[in-house]
Amino acid sequence: MVRFENVGLRYGLGPEILRDLSFQIPAHSFQFLTGPSGAGKTSLLRLLFLSLRPTRGLVNLFGQDISLLGKDEIADLRKRIGIVLQDFRLLDHMTTYENVALPFRVMGRDESSYRREVIDLLKWVGLGERMDALPPILSGGEKQRAAIARAVIARPQLLLADEPTGNVDPTLGRRLLRLFIELNKSGTAVIIATHDITLMDQYDARRMVLHQGRLHIYE
Amino acid sequence: MDLGTDRPQVPAKARNASPIVPRGSIAGRALVAVVAIMTFLASITTGAVLLISASASEWQSEVASEITIQVKPLGGRDLARDTQAVTDAIRGQPGIVEVQPYSKEQSAQLLEPWLGTGLSLDDLPVPRIIVARVAPGSPLDIVGLRSRVTQVAPNASVDDHRAWVERMRSMTSATVLAGIGILALVIMATIISVSFATRGAMAANRPIVEVLHFVGAGDRYIANRFFRHFLRLGLQGGIIGGGAAMLMFGFSESIASWFSGTPVGDQFAALLGTFSLRASGYLALAGQAVVIAGITAWASRRTLFATLNDID
Repeated sequence: MVRFENVGLRYGLGPEILRDLSFQIPAHSFQFLTGPSGAGKTSLLRLLFLSLRPTRGLVNLFGQDISLLGKDEIADLRKRIGIVLQDFRLLDHMTTYENVALPFRVMGRDESSYRREVIDLLKWVGLGERMDALPPILSGGEKQRAAIARAVIARPQLLLADEPTGNVDPTLGRRLLRLFIELNKSGTAVIIATHDITLMDQYDARRMVLHQGRLHIYE
Repeated sequence: MDLGTDRPQVPAKARNASPIVPRGSIAGRALVAVVAIMTFLASITTGAVLLISASASEWQSEVASEITIQVKPLGGRDLARDTQAVTDAIRGQPGIVEVQPYSKEQSAQLLEPWLGTGLSLDDLPVPRIIVARVAPGSPLDIVGLRSRVTQVAPNASVDDHRAWVERMRSMTSATVLAGIGILALVIMATIISVSFATRGAMAANRPIVEVLHFVGAGDRYIANRFFRHFLRLGLQGGIIGGGAAMLMFGFSESIASWFSGTPVGDQFAALLGTFSLRASGYLALAGQAVVIAGITAWASRRTLFATLNDID
């Protein structure tokens, strides 16, 4: 599903922050991406999400060499990827329901075909009472859950999550991990970037460790 | 994904009610005001050009459809007989439909504003005027007419107002050209203002654009969402500006009709004609407002794609 070969990344003329990354993410797989702060986890997630281009090497996503793709084709590929960012990126003028339903809206689907699904997921992540609330009045944990719900609602083939349990209590953290596991069981490849050792210890999965720009994989 | 079996009732309020691009966050009022002012200025310019060109063509057709013959008093010649001879000579000329010699009394009336009443023309060397109406579109042989007139009365001269018509035509053309120049400047200023407003709006909405990219929206989808918004703003501005200009022309027309018959009104009408836009003029103003709204939308779309290329 994802193949990196000798990928390197630098910002401008600065030092290379990711070096010689070569790995594969198989379909239906589950992995944690970890490493110290500043190791390049977020940059690697952005490479996987195609919002950054590598300065060298080959990135192949869903069987396509991304260096050959135009903007429209990249937008089409992104519809197959869900992403949860540390800063949530919810739209403040839209309710929680509307934020979570946004991927379907962008796909041009009729609201009646997904409304039930969005409401069920919001209830499942504990936002059943906050569906009509605007993000500025949500707590950090609620925003995080809304961002996760938006990333998984369209059942992407690849889910990228950057510190998805950073703002929630351990109980809710376990519940969210269960959501990711359920999603993985239904066919989505999942990559969770986290510092949280406790979270990683709760599920036996492949660990990708970034250290000094290089990647070490523990199967 | 199994989310459990507990499925409570769907709440009534959870619906997609918000637009993807928030209306309030774009400097909408400022853009509507800019487009309205630009449309108003463009409409005033177009209306003024239409009025001037209609009045000028009215004057031109009036002036070009008549010629004036002046018979000057000359020692040893009978002015009344010369006037009659010239009148007869012109009547026989093809293309002339009506000949009206001004009698002594009528000539005195013409001079009354300057010389007062009770004037005796016998004491003054005042020339006699003959006005001849030319059939519209008929090719009048002015050279032949001139030679016939001077044959019967060497003290007579013919004025076909050609120099006056030419001067008026060049003045009208200059006014129209100036109007087109002002219109071009207004349209350029509109495009520049709209481009800046679009850039500002896109900068303010950059987080929305980024989120839309995250959920897989392409540039075309995003641009269309913003484009609709700008088209709506452009139409609002166009309707306000164009409507205000039309109201102003309508109001001016009413004022002109209130004053008609008064000395001021007559003077005004003599100078500027009827000061009324025809239905086609109002239609042109409405069309212009739509064109400016379209230009607003086009300029914003162009800027949108340029800005979207920078945001990824």
